[in-house]
Amino acid sequence: MKTLFDKIWDAHVVSSVENGPTQLYIDRHFCHEVTSPQAFNGLRERGLKVFRPEKTTMTADHNTPTIDQDQPVKDPVSRHQLDTFAKNATDFNMPLYYPLGHQKNGVVHIIGPENGFTQPGMTIVCGDSHTSTHGAFGAIAFGIGTSEVEMVLATQCVLQTRPKTMQITFNGKLGKGVTAKDLALYMISKLTTGGATGYFVEYAGEAIRNMSMEERMTVCNLSIEMGARGGMIAPDETTFSYVKGREFAPKGEDWEKQLAYWKTLKTDEGATFDKEFVFEASDIQPMITYGTNPGMGMGITDSIPNLDDVDEAGRISFINSLKYMGLEPGKKLEGKEIDYVFLGSCTNGRIEDFRVFANYVKGKKKADHVTAWLVPGSWMVEKQIKEEGLFDILTEAGFSLRQPGCSACLAMNDDKVPAGKYAVSTSNRNFEGRQGPGARTILAGPLVAAAAAITGKITDPRN
Amino acid sequence: MEKFITLTSTVVPLPIENVDTDQIIPARFLKATDKLGFGNNLFADWRYNKDGSTKSDFVLNNTLYKGEILVAGKNFGSGSSREHAAWAIAGYGFKVVVSSFFADIFSNNALNNGVLTVVVTPDFLSEIFTNVNADPKTSLTVDLLNQSITNNKTGRLEKFEINPYKKECLLNGLDDIDYLLSKKAQIEQYEKAR
Ligand code: SF4
Repeated sequence: MKTLFDKIWDAHVVSSVENGPTQLYIDRHFCHEVTSPQAFNGLRERGLKVFRPEKTTMTADHNTPTIDQDQPVKDPVSRHQLDTFAKNATDFNMPLYYPLGHQKNGVVHIIGPENGFTQPGMTIVCGDSHTSTHGAFGAIAFGIGTSEVEMVLATQCVLQTRPKTMQITFNGKLGKGVTAKDLALYMISKLTTGGATGYFVEYAGEAIRNMSMEERMTVCNLSIEMGARGGMIAPDETTFSYVKGREFAPKGEDWEKQLAYWKTLKTDEGATFDKEFVFEASDIQPMITYGTNPGMGMGITDSIPNLDDVDEAGRISFINSLKYMGLEPGKKLEGKEIDYVFLGSCTNGRIEDFRVFANYVKGKKKADHVTAWLVPGSWMVEKQIKEEGLFDILTEAGFSLRQPGCSACLAMNDDKVPAGKYAVSTSNRNFEGRQGPGARTILAGPLVAAAAAITGKITDPRN
Repeated sequence: MEKFITLTSTVVPLPIENVDTDQIIPARFLKATDKLGFGNNLFADWRYNKDGSTKSDFVLNNTLYKGEILVAGKNFGSGSSREHAAWAIAGYGFKVVVSSFFADIFSNNALNNGVLTVVVTPDFLSEIFTNVNADPKTSLTVDLLNQSITNNKTGRLEKFEINPYKKECLLNGLDDIDYLLSKKAQIEQYEKAR
């Protein structure tokens, strides 16, 4: 009796180091410009080639502008990093390289699934912690450091200690106006940012089963924010019909063969996990964060905890955090004026997020004082936004679209929230300075972001 | 990679919990294409004012505290997988980070760069903070061979865990890539057998 995780892990073991980690074979490696240059340099220093170039997909996304992408990148340091990325793709004969402006370019965790690179049963890595996103397809997907990127390029393998397993079940149905992002922020607020460290999580239960692939990706994406090595969901008909027909998905006979295998990818009845949590989906309301880590979240109508509610060792951090945010213990945030709204990132930059946002703002007008950055996760998402008529709805309501990339999620480019300003952001991290030095991030789902963009305040989208 | 066997040093205390990778090295410093120079920007936003002058209230700017061991609050290194965080810690001159809890990827990255992460009990940790606060000359001894850490102020010793393979790597200055490259034939065999 095996868990889903065990089945995939065991199928990828090349060897085991005595008293040590497992040598794991990697089916798909995603690569971007920020965490890879030192890895390619490492290969050069050792005189090595890339072992399996066709198993690495390269896209420029982290350090790229979201306007005028057809022009040369202004910042010389960023440009040098992008040029280095291009040079590495050429020097090492990498066939799957998608530079700025390429129709397959976009945020790495968005273009992977969209193009069918991401498939059930795979092992997937990337020098980026949100690689956990791909677990939504029933894959073992996790973030790695640059030394490990070098290992994958050189040998298509990494050395990993087998993590423990955790199951998190969400019974019942989510309420109206409650999104996958809210479910994830709720879970992280319960488990804390270190609550799943050392574990690989499998999500289960009715609320998860009812989700679309986009929603499942949002949930798995945020697994890392509670410290988990990764998160995964057993593949089902929703998964198969999403994958079918995508460019790099198996075709014909190969499809049938794979599909038969994919259908076996579920946790066996009676298999056990090292830890289990059960939540009721109906307990969850739209969520926001008030502090400087994703575990500091609360229901939109709740109040920030009081100092007494925080355990003693954590009080210095709690006080620093609220000071940074310009907020006070015990207060409500509903009705608080905000300055920026960011819709995008690998958490909420998919087509469904734009549908949710557009549906809410339809026939309304953006608040004048709010700066809204709407950044599609990829050119494919951008195309769909236009084809589905969402672009017109957004324009009508006073919004415009930027070009794909990570953008204000980590603010490596010019999309920085000014110091002291409040941003309602659909991204995944509210760390100090994450969206620009001094920027104050309130994490939320696309619906809460839409409501804030319209009223200019923290607003419960259910009203 | 440099070998690590044992180290005795005074410490730099950072009694803050959940220190994330964006604090260790903010994203705007990730534009480099080599591994050098990150030490100068370690904890940049806590360490420097906007105009580049140093913030006197941050511990790295306090001449009382020096050493090759960083002691930090619970859940150190959460957040992104950026190995730049480990390069910044190593680049600044730290050889050991002590905490009661580390984020997974950070630990991995640190070990891959010859920086040892030592997990101690919350009690041992808070005692170090107390001792260092009272006497900045308080030193720790980290002995990898025996997997022990000693607070030289009180003489209190604790054993710590480390994966035996990783321990060998550090003691001998070897890295994972060397190991994997030696397994090429097996990798090809695995590919054929699928
Ligand atoms: S969108 Fe944000 S979290 Fe996602 S890959 Fe880009 S920087 Fe990382």
